[in-house]
Amino acid sequence: MEGNITIKLQQKSIDKIKEICAAFDNDSGELINVLHKTQEHFGYLPAEVQELVASELNCSVAKVYGVVTFYSFFTMIPKGEFPISVCTGTACYVRGADKVVEEIVKELGIKVGETTADGKFSLSCLRCVGACGLAPVVMVGDRTYGRVAPEKVKEILAEYK
Amino acid sequence: MVKLTIDGKAVEVEAGSTILDAAKKVGINIPTLCHMEMKDMCIENKPAGCRICVVEVEGRRNLAPSCATAVSEGMVVKTNTIRVLNARRVVMELILSDHPADCLVCAKNGNCDLQSMAQRLDVTEIRYAGVQSTYREDFSPSIIRDMDKCIMCRRCETMCNEVQTVGALSGVNRGFEAVVAPAFEQDLEKSVCTYCGQCVAVCPTGALTEVNNTNRVIAALANPKKKVVVQVAPAVRAALGEEFGLEPGTLVTGKMVAALRNLGFDSVFDTDFAADLTIMEEGTELLDRLTKHLNGEKTHLPILTSCCPAWVNFFEKQFPEFKDIPSTARSPQQMFGSIAKTYYADKIGVDRSDLIVVSIMPCLAKKYECQRDEFKVEGNPDVDFALTTRELGGLIKRANIDFNSLADEDFDKPLGESTGAGVIFGVTGGVIEAAVRTAYEVYTKKTLKSVDFTELRGMEGIRHATVDFDGLELNIGIAHGLGNARELLESIRRGENKFHAIEIMSCPGGCIGGGGQPWHHGKQDVLKARAKAIYAEDVGKTIRKSHENPYIIKLYEEFLGQPMSDKAHHLLHTNYFDREVKFEVKK
Ligand code: SF4
Ligand code: SF4
Ligand code: SF4
Ligand code: FES
Repeated sequence: MEGNITIKLQQKSIDKIKEICAAFDNDSGELINVLHKTQEHFGYLPAEVQELVASELNCSVAKVYGVVTFYSFFTMIPKGEFPISVCTGTACYVRGADKVVEEIVKELGIKVGETTADGKFSLSCLRCVGACGLAPVVMVGDRTYGRVAPEKVKEILAEYK
Repeated sequence: MVKLTIDGKAVEVEAGSTILDAAKKVGINIPTLCHMEMKDMCIENKPAGCRICVVEVEGRRNLAPSCATAVSEGMVVKTNTIRVLNARRVVMELILSDHPADCLVCAKNGNCDLQSMAQRLDVTEIRYAGVQSTYREDFSPSIIRDMDKCIMCRRCETMCNEVQTVGALSGVNRGFEAVVAPAFEQDLEKSVCTYCGQCVAVCPTGALTEVNNTNRVIAALANPKKKVVVQVAPAVRAALGEEFGLEPGTLVTGKMVAALRNLGFDSVFDTDFAADLTIMEEGTELLDRLTKHLNGEKTHLPILTSCCPAWVNFFEKQFPEFKDIPSTARSPQQMFGSIAKTYYADKIGVDRSDLIVVSIMPCLAKKYECQRDEFKVEGNPDVDFALTTRELGGLIKRANIDFNSLADEDFDKPLGESTGAGVIFGVTGGVIEAAVRTAYEVYTKKTLKSVDFTELRGMEGIRHATVDFDGLELNIGIAHGLGNARELLESIRRGENKFHAIEIMSCPGGCIGGGGQPWHHGKQDVLKARAKAIYAEDVGKTIRKSHENPYIIKLYEEFLGQPMSDKAHHLLHTNYFDREVKFEVKK
């Protein structure tokens, strides 16, 4: 019948998730902590993982998903090898950070919050990073680029390709 | 007790009461939107999210949400100062600032709590221009989700998670992006949703509505090549009147039949007839399992009723290991369809493909049920369209039939004749009471002195009673609301079960509180009045036991043979499937 979702997790991942849940007594009141630990281990929280957490804690998958989407700390997508963050705080925004984001989106063919198919880049937006003098600011991994004009995006990305 | 003053009136209430409750006691009706409470059904939604209900409390700087603020001794509350009135209006305008203002073409027009609140607060302009949200609409066989109209009151979440314990819906995302959705924002159809429709029943706006089939029924009625017959479920007659301004609990059976005939249905039949048939099959199955059990043979007890399609979805999706315990009897809607498209079609000499069976149901799950593959013959469904009580109300209005002035008419024969036992199917406890009336007489071969098993009635979520079958004590359990059903199932799982038979209905109150009934706007008295009406209809019937229905007797003689005969099995029984979410381990 319809409605079956089949999930595929490696046995050792399943064991790990069960272990984390058990460490919190499989208590659904500890959902946020369980998700925190799980993300620490896997780096992100894909649907399969959320389903298993739900069944271990005996709460609904909808609820787990609700929590994952509520806290921006949680992510369902693995970070790329080179995570790109664009500051969209007021100063950067006023100086055209949105245009920079647009350009990156165009160049990489992904939306904010997504990762490229080859796993190389992921894109996110940040609140003010406190480098307003350099606005607009883009970070790739640990490196910071200041006064980034949309035209410079191609050049920056090329360094990592 | 706590003493306080509200708008200058002294009031005394129990400690722990809210300002809202206290105000009600002195006749002050503070406006509310997200808050909803149906105490006797253990339903409470109190997120204190909308802030429409704010009041001024002396000595406090901020306005307080009265639905979630407890009273305290000596409190001085003002519910209608200029400051309060302004705050309420601003809140309302903000709620409306990203709301699609398409009231004129909204399914909820005239019945929307948001609309009537805007009216009550005298909002005639919206000073804050907001970005409109644009979520995709989600269509399922029963329910449409249009989250652009969601105001995040979270009533649906409360119903789905706390009352029904289904867990299909949850608030997701935050801020402007926040909506209520199934896991991974998938379609409802792919979720654990049972289509019980209780989220729809409480949604104050047009965010959750039923799939409307009225136009397809009108098209069928207009097609001269088709014979169109209609069946009406028991709970409909106790609620349809509300669509025409009648008091809740007004029985409108006769007017309803007249209206349906007026609309052009070729025959107006009664699902109660099929309910009697259900009792013949389910009651026989109960006795069969009971006899086996008494003889020490292996069998499945307790037997669980199976006439509620949302309940069927619930155990198929969440308790598939129990799929062999429920009765295999189809629901009355589907029994009717099956008999209509075989026995009746033959009788009037019409091919099944030229016979359209419409059902009027208090229920949203029935829309899904009639589309299940098991209930089709070569692609042709036994029941073509299921309309809700609300949709029928709309159809009658559209056809400018003056409902309230119609003279009473009777159902057609042969599928319109029913007993009091069939009628009480509409209310919690009714199916099992009807089954007991028949099973008792068949088992003991004695006539009941009184057919009223009042111990099986009531509104408590889980009830049990023991009925004496001439020395054999039959333990009966009853649950309404899926959360209560879950409790009973879990006790069975733990091996603590002591019941022989359990009746389960998904909706609080049973079908009278179904997701397709006229909007109750959170008033539990409406449900109670409907239940009373159902029992009144039962008392008014000359025949009150299913096995005494002359047309049922004739149906077995002419067509089916015995209850549970091969033919009956083929046409009136079904089987259930494991539809649980599965975890597949990849090595
Ligand atoms: S129809 Fe019932 S099960 Fe489905 S989402 Fe609504 S309340 Fe939950
Ligand atoms: S869908 Fe309806 S009931 Fe649910 S939160 Fe939105 S407005 Fe409230
Ligand atoms: S209790 Fe009645 S109205 Fe509610 S889902 Fe079941 S059959 Fe439908
Ligand atoms: S009704 Fe009190 S906050 Fe919504």
